[in-house]
Amino acid sequence: MTLNWKLGGFLLGAVFFAAVLLVKPIGVSTQFVILDGILADAVAPDFITQTDEGYSSTNAYMAKSGGKYAKNAANPLNYSFVFVLAMVGGAFLSSLLRGGISKEERSAPAIWRANYGDTPWKRYAVAFLGGFVVLYGARLAGGCTSGHMMSGMMQTSLSGYIFAAGAFLTAVPTAMLMYREG
Amino acid sequence: MQIVLAILIGAAFGFVLDRVGATNPNVIGGMLTLRRLQLMKTILLAIGTGSILMFGGQMLGLVDVMHMDVKAAYIGVFIGGLLLGAGWAASGYCPGTGVCAAGAGRKDALFYIAGGLLGAAAYMATYPVWKASGLLNDIAGGKVTLGSVPGSEFDGLFAVSGDVLGIALGLVFVLVAFVLPENISGGRMQEVPAE
Repeated sequence: MTLNWKLGGFLLGAVFFAAVLLVKPIGVSTQFVILDGILADAVAPDFITQTDEGYSSTNAYMAKSGGKYAKNAANPLNYSFVFVLAMVGGAFLSSLLRGGISKEERSAPAIWRANYGDTPWKRYAVAFLGGFVVLYGARLAGGCTSGHMMSGMMQTSLSGYIFAAGAFLTAVPTAMLMYREG
Repeated sequence: MQIVLAILIGAAFGFVLDRVGATNPNVIGGMLTLRRLQLMKTILLAIGTGSILMFGGQMLGLVDVMHMDVKAAYIGVFIGGLLLGAGWAASGYCPGTGVCAAGAGRKDALFYIAGGLLGAAAYMATYPVWKASGLLNDIAGGKVTLGSVPGSEFDGLFAVSGDVLGIALGLVFVLVAFVLPENISGGRMQEVPAE
């Protein structure tokens, strides 16, 4: 069951407002870097190091801006990381309350099946590659749909508009080429 | 306290993203092929609502202007946007909706997240190349808002009142949400708003 756009849009806007009222604007994609940092440090404990001034890392990106990413990876119970974990919980609850998702839909959505048939592994490969390109692009851009497009344009930030222009410029033709049916 | 807020706001965000259909690749695909624009209307209304409440609250002194967090503008923002758009359309997920879709029970979203972690790691590894290229250097003042927001740490691109402009643009977003048809790719038109 999908909310109609008037109620859904108002509620979504209210959540973005609540975030900036109480703490700070919503953003998500940085937390992929934080989780990478946690994983890398678990495998190679020297990846993140604590210094007198704070935290640093052998990776230049992790160490940038005074080691703020390194610090958050070393202390995962921080606002932004817990926020994303809570998002998963919220979506799980919503899905549970509306009766969940069918077994077919779980592995490949209907729009995929309409164009490519019952090919879940092909779908997984595209989802994997899509995830790779999205997060590489989001880190290059310094934010994603949440941070740049929603939070950014809401605050009238120039970067949000630049990001949205780039994203829709490729998203619409790509979708039109890949999903002619469904 | 911050952690409690993270749980409450994060859960609300995940819940609403799922309820507006943003965690569903069929809905994302419908929007990006311009066949079903309900979600586009939802997003436009959300940005407009958030903008009006935030800037209105700031003008009334109810919202702390220092909570604003504006990201820098640089050429890489546009290039990254191009990449994200292609991957978003192909997979049907952006970073936030991908993790929420996994929470909602979609198995393909787990592959998306794995790819995302690898993509983020690839950026971490190649960051020095981008840094050296100059494409991460600020353009048009870097962290700027369109107007000058009173009391904010960010400069305005134009010498107009940033909060009045924010409310005006918020109203434009709301207006566009209302007038945008639910389908603009030709074919069947359903329920075009009459107002």
